[in-house]
Amino acid sequence: MTRTRLWRKPDALSLVFIVLGTLILLFILVPPLKTIFSSSAGTLWNTLLDEKVYSSILLTIYAALIATLIGLLLGVPLAYILARHEFWGKRFLEGLIDVPIVMPHSAVGIALLFVFGSNFLMGKFLNNIGIGFVDEVSAVVIAMMFVSVPFLIDSAREGFQAVDVRLEKVARTLGASPWRSFFRISLPLAWRSILSGSVLMWARGFSEFGAVYIVAGHVPFFGYRPVTAPILVTELFESPGGLGAAQPLTALLILICLVVFIALRTVAYKGKKA
Amino acid sequence: MIAIKDLKVDLGDFLLRDINLDIEQGEYFIVLGPTGAGKTVLLEAIAGLYPVVEGEIWTDGREVTGLNPEKRGVGIVYQDQILFPHLSVKENISFGLKAMKCPTRDIKPRVDSMAEVLGITHLLGRSPPTLSGGESQKVALARALVTEPAVLLLDEPLSALDPETKERMQRELAEIHRRLKVTIIHVTHDFEEAVALGHRVAVLNDGRIVQVGTPEDILRQPNSEFIARFALSRNIFAGEVSDAGNGDAFIDIGGIKLMGITELRGRVHLSLRPEDILISREPLQSTARNSLEGTVTNIADRGAVMYVTVSVPPDFICLITRQALKELDLRKGVKVWTTFKASAVHIF
Repeated sequence: MTRTRLWRKPDALSLVFIVLGTLILLFILVPPLKTIFSSSAGTLWNTLLDEKVYSSILLTIYAALIATLIGLLLGVPLAYILARHEFWGKRFLEGLIDVPIVMPHSAVGIALLFVFGSNFLMGKFLNNIGIGFVDEVSAVVIAMMFVSVPFLIDSAREGFQAVDVRLEKVARTLGASPWRSFFRISLPLAWRSILSGSVLMWARGFSEFGAVYIVAGHVPFFGYRPVTAPILVTELFESPGGLGAAQPLTALLILICLVVFIALRTVAYKGKKA
Repeated sequence: MIAIKDLKVDLGDFLLRDINLDIEQGEYFIVLGPTGAGKTVLLEAIAGLYPVVEGEIWTDGREVTGLNPEKRGVGIVYQDQILFPHLSVKENISFGLKAMKCPTRDIKPRVDSMAEVLGITHLLGRSPPTLSGGESQKVALARALVTEPAVLLLDEPLSALDPETKERMQRELAEIHRRLKVTIIHVTHDFEEAVALGHRVAVLNDGRIVQVGTPEDILRQPNSEFIARFALSRNIFAGEVSDAGNGDAFIDIGGIKLMGITELRGRVHLSLRPEDILISREPLQSTARNSLEGTVTNIADRGAVMYVTVSVPPDFICLITRQALKELDLRKGVKVWTTFKASAVHIF
């Protein structure tokens, strides 16, 4: 691939676009970097040792992981169906899957309570089989899953679409059942997309505030009364300490997101190279 | 043996219908048709990969119309990108044996012997993305053949190859067929491929089989526009090559000898484009190696150009302009000379 080297012939258009592009890049980069570099490593470490902080981070990591695993189990089959079959209303359905991305997240929380709240259908059912919902870890998981599962479904669907359907056809003629052809051919060939979708889903669940706040603002975890990390950040911000109190945890959360994103890009890059 | 009875397949835009074919055990059968004629879908219907609306498919006296692809005993090879990219060549070839629960101790010897037949033993450890087009195609053939299918379906297997590899693969296909005696259904849009490989050819046009016969039958009496147009675009002959030294070759096409350039020996086919033949009233002094006297037996008017049939015999179809026809004063019955270069004779 040949690329035009921008610095070689800086015409007026390129110059203007470079300036505008730099502005938006600074806008994206400066706030998180400033937050990270405003606290010393020692402060970050001491913050992390605070039980309230680490248990909230662990709760957030754990709940987002469970949400992602359920998303894999239920979302990958749907993604495969969408990639392989044409049916009436498919476009509409694909649009519907992305609705959680555009819904206000507080509205997501309220909508979930209308289904999973103890006075409503799913809530009653879950109560009967011994799973509480409101203010339980399960509520955190469900809220995270709702807002983040579209990322996994979309990414997995694209992954399956990129697998030539004739490979599956060949596998079938060679004696493979539909199951074998899926697990030996389609899934291994789409796994990179599924993995990067999972990381995206996990990261999106990890960072969710609104929906989680409504359904589970006060989840007990490790016997203490921590909340998920994004909620704890808000609580610290609203405490007398204000901005300064919220800053170290915020820096930690940004660092975690950075690590996850570097991991994601590495996976995607290796996928392209292979 | 494969029998297809009154098959009807819905392709959305059009129908594949009234498909009736009887293909003998061990036959090399060609389905010839223009692009978009539904050739791939016909193969996929035979393999059970495409739903059939009506009709029956039988292999070896057993009806398979309703069977899943994995129960049919058919192998399929597509045009390109057909290997499992995440598996090694060896794993690609053994895929079918494992899927069919072949005993583990039998897998290696069967893979090895099939690799040997196809001359790809040295590729077994390689990964598909590192193979050339011809190598990939051989691995795909090995992968299908190792399961010993009742019929091997080939979907334009040579179309994605460069001309040189294509000619070599074409000869190898003939050789594989001769050695393994497997029934083959090969679909293509390339008439020369059909002539070179097919025992019989079915011509598919507008979703119907319009003609079935030997390649020669179809060429002599085409009943479809597709073949008729092809028959006008090439002079095709069968012949026997003998060495003339210096890489040149004489091809005997029933009484007359043409000079061509080829490494092939024995039974071959050759084609000659009508626009590559010069017509003159007197013998031409030129570097062209082939010069034959004949009689004009037909003149077909196609507007700006004329197709002149010159019977030597056999008949050569030559393409000339209206102006040239006038200047040479060509009419039926006139004696003329046809001249063409040895390099214009395509031998396959």
